[in-house]
Amino acid sequence: MAGIVGYGAFIPRNRIKSEEIARQWGKDPAAIKRGLMLQEKSVPGIDEDTITISVEAGRAAIERAGIDPQLIGALYIGSESHPYAVKPSGTVVAEALGIGTDVHVADFEFACKAGTEAMFVALSIVESGRAKFAMGIGADTSQGAPNDALEFSASAGGAAYVFGKDHLLVDVVDTYSFTSDTPDFWRREGEFYPRHGGRFTGEPAYFRHVTSATRAILERTGLKPADFRYAVFHMPNGKFPLAAGKELGFKKEQMETGWIVNTMGNTYSGSSPTGLAAVLDVAAPDDLILITSFGSGAASDSFVLRATELLPQRRDRAPTVRSMLDGPRRYLTYGEYAKYREKIIVND
Amino acid sequence: MPSPRYWREIPARYRLEGGRCPACGKVTYPTRRVCPECRHEGMEAIALSRHGRVVTFTTIHVAPTEFQMEAPYPMAVVETPEGARLMVQVADCAPDDVKLGLEVALEFRRIQREGRSGILCYGHKAVPAR
Ligand SMILES: [Zn+2]
Repeated sequence: MAGIVGYGAFIPRNRIKSEEIARQWGKDPAAIKRGLMLQEKSVPGIDEDTITISVEAGRAAIERAGIDPQLIGALYIGSESHPYAVKPSGTVVAEALGIGTDVHVADFEFACKAGTEAMFVALSIVESGRAKFAMGIGADTSQGAPNDALEFSASAGGAAYVFGKDHLLVDVVDTYSFTSDTPDFWRREGEFYPRHGGRFTGEPAYFRHVTSATRAILERTGLKPADFRYAVFHMPNGKFPLAAGKELGFKKEQMETGWIVNTMGNTYSGSSPTGLAAVLDVAAPDDLILITSFGSGAASDSFVLRATELLPQRRDRAPTVRSMLDGPRRYLTYGEYAKYREKIIVND
Repeated sequence: MPSPRYWREIPARYRLEGGRCPACGKVTYPTRRVCPECRHEGMEAIALSRHGRVVTFTTIHVAPTEFQMEAPYPMAVVETPEGARLMVQVADCAPDDVKLGLEVALEFRRIQREGRSGILCYGHKAVPAR
């Protein structure tokens, strides 16, 4: 089977603390930190968007793959914040990555699941033999409406994966998808901010899809939670992935490496792919890794992965997720944040 | 209307493609038809490293309309290891953080938007090395 031959992530340097958002709206910061388990989140600069994040993550993935980018025959980008409504992000990204014109490009969307969806299709293109290499990216500069609970989590970042058949860093053991019609979160055409179905978002949406997809892939592969060294679940906040993992029988030690939401926030399509990148930054050969994404609407994609001998040799070719989370950061006031996120109306 | 010049300059703007003189080795950004050093005609394409050092800088306080939301912002001339020099905005830091010799990475950023409904223009900016 095909697998991952290169991966890379990118997280902007700007941050805003949960306290700063809570202070603006007269909310209790202690309740946010305890309830949602969110300390701070990444914020895109005034000049950063899904395209710029995809380019930086894609460059890191190509460095780790050590391949000629012109051999990449397919590029898929999953996001719910593509900068153009009509004109795919992938057109700019392919040009910037030096992939050239001999490539199949598409933008995907499926709320927070669009990133693993792009990975899923890129993997399938390589398996079918249609392209030697294919890249799948999940990236977002997500928006939460002001004074909405989402504002504490909606953040920016992403990860890119190159799939191929030889010199694998990670084997893809199996994949599985679970999809239903669930009205937990949506945005109608022309609306600026997404809407969510309040309590609809928990049990019937996130938990049902994440646990159903994970249970099904465990059954298909004959594996049990204890067989895995690492598990990554989509991170809409700090609490949900830990609760879903616990319900499935995973322990905190298996989840904490990929659980980066407390300081990164929810990067939507970039969330579980960036969590996976954080795991690949430290995984040892033969470690089994589970990743289950979730996208409102709703669906989950699950992947069972196995690290190879090559992974530790390649990871130093690009920055780690931890180095970007813990490295130099710039903290914004709510006013600067509102300006950066264009929440302030100005004249042309 | 999308600017034909922006479209023509995509290889330089997106991939930092410069030119190297096959006769004397001079590297320019963007590429030139004639080497400014030895007048040799025809330079080879070369992809510049995506990092370098600040060789001079200034701060823009009164910005053109498209950049007003970013003012005040630093502009710098950055020299890459190949010896090419390019003028770029410096992002993700305060103007006071920019110093001579500062090590910077050249990151892919949105440079400007053509109004509310026009195209988005991308290129590179310098950011302090992580
Ligand atoms: Zn010359």
